[in-house]
Amino acid sequence: MKLSSNKIRIQTVQYFFSVLVIIEIFIPVIWMIMTSIMYPKDLIALPLRLIPERFTFSRYIEIFTDTKIDDAAYIFRIALFNSLIVAVVVTAGSLTIGSLAAYGFARLKFRMKKTLMMLTLFTYMLPCVALVLPMYFIFSRLNLLDKKGTLIIIYLSFIIPFIIWVMQSFFGSISKSFEEAASIDGASRFQTLLYIFVPIARPGAIATGILAFLMSWDEFFYSLVFTSSLNGKTVPVAISEFNGKFTIDYGMISVGGVLASLIPVLITLVFQKYIVMGMTSGGVKE
Amino acid sequence: MNRKKSEELYAYATISPALIIVLFVVLVPIVVTMVYSFINIDAVSSHYGKFMGLHYYISILLSGTFWHDLGRTLYYTLLSTAIETISGILVALLLNQKFRGVKFLRAVVLIPWAIPTVVNGSLWKLIFNGQYGVLNAVLLRMHLIPAYYSWLGNPVSAMNALVIADSWKMMPMSVIFFLAALQGVNTATYEAAMVDGAGAVKRFFVLTLPYLKPSILVVIVMRTVEKFKAFDIFYIMTRGGPADGTKTLMYDAYLKAFDELNYSQAATYAYLITIIVMLLTVMYGKILRRNNDEAE
Repeated sequence: MKLSSNKIRIQTVQYFFSVLVIIEIFIPVIWMIMTSIMYPKDLIALPLRLIPERFTFSRYIEIFTDTKIDDAAYIFRIALFNSLIVAVVVTAGSLTIGSLAAYGFARLKFRMKKTLMMLTLFTYMLPCVALVLPMYFIFSRLNLLDKKGTLIIIYLSFIIPFIIWVMQSFFGSISKSFEEAASIDGASRFQTLLYIFVPIARPGAIATGILAFLMSWDEFFYSLVFTSSLNGKTVPVAISEFNGKFTIDYGMISVGGVLASLIPVLITLVFQKYIVMGMTSGGVKE
Repeated sequence: MNRKKSEELYAYATISPALIIVLFVVLVPIVVTMVYSFINIDAVSSHYGKFMGLHYYISILLSGTFWHDLGRTLYYTLLSTAIETISGILVALLLNQKFRGVKFLRAVVLIPWAIPTVVNGSLWKLIFNGQYGVLNAVLLRMHLIPAYYSWLGNPVSAMNALVIADSWKMMPMSVIFFLAALQGVNTATYEAAMVDGAGAVKRFFVLTLPYLKPSILVVIVMRTVEKFKAFDIFYIMTRGGPADGTKTLMYDAYLKAFDELNYSQAATYAYLITIIVMLLTVMYGKILRRNNDEAE
């Protein structure tokens, strides 16, 4: 009898704190969604009504239909497209180049291996502000400002070290006997890589690939500095511009925020297992 | 011999694409930035191109601005890391229990982390807005504040607002780390402790906390270094204001480069930040290694 009342007490405590956590997580998110569908006059009503009588989805429709070049909605749509291209190319590129290097570092013997590995990891912790000025001067001299390609190269430079770091531990954990067996069977080095290492490292590659995509999607500083027009502007920069110095369009910021969060939140919910694995096996930037 | 050589060539082939990108895009700029910190490259200066030695370092270290920036950076870094670590442990302890709905909780706990940094900043700026913000509306209705308060209009509350905004987004990450560690805990020890009559609080401090120590260290290391370099959320929410109240080293370096166009000063700031981050990393590396040795 005593045990069961104890059990009920524990359950009450568990649910009490669960509700707290749910409130903590969802209230800000719900507020962003609410703001995105509130009428402008309700947004600036005093006192603020927490639940207005009517809602509007017109901003969402605007985002996908507006064709006026100076409109926030149009800018956001193009930026969304730019972000998607950059993130997809960066994910594919960094995964290929990074895994290949991780394989080399983990499985092969060569001179200066340790130094080169340390050097690569060292670049990962450098603050972006210590790199940005020379980059800016060089890229502007080469006429490479405001281009998606420039962003892609820069993003690759900090995402590749992250992938090397995580993936080399995956490659390192594969038993040497697999390799030997393949070599006895007459497989070439490249065949061993393709048929032995790639399948075994697949979960690690999925995990780091997802994180690479999210890192690219989230990046703001370089995009802010290096892009100025719709040629290269990404979503974070577009949203920051809605926070203008003079006008702040809260409705549009919230619509942008909801849409910009949609992809990463869905990815996180679907691939949670991989994300947790990638995070805990390497540590991750934001 | 030949075989060894071919392996070496093969190895260089695998790592060279990565090395070329990292070398050109990161290592060249980091060296050039150092040069900038020794040479006057301010476009508007009449001394353009002149070698200045340690002039910039000395003048910046002697100025009050640098130390004020550093103080604000440390306040932000330490407070938000502390909040994330402590609340991360508490939430992880909850999610490590077995009860109906815990799977759902584990899934949704990552949502704030998935929201892009810039969106997170905008979202909290909206909440903290002094005129139309929902925080004021709610607090006033609950009679917790006498009148609308401009949260981002006061240097101290603006900095704390930034801490809250960033902790909200990044706390899930520490939860994940602590949860992963907790799932490796040996439950038999706990049952033995319970039989011995150890209460929940005592079990936490005697068993759980020492067990979590390595992951606590990892989280603190990762988060302090990242927070020290934070820029995005400052740009979105406060732009260093009001009255420089949220101007950190990173933000000041950005201002010097892209607002004041004092390139050499910006480069020097950037290098001082790099040196501090490197010192932190080395220090933490030592702590972690000692910690690992203890664990073995």
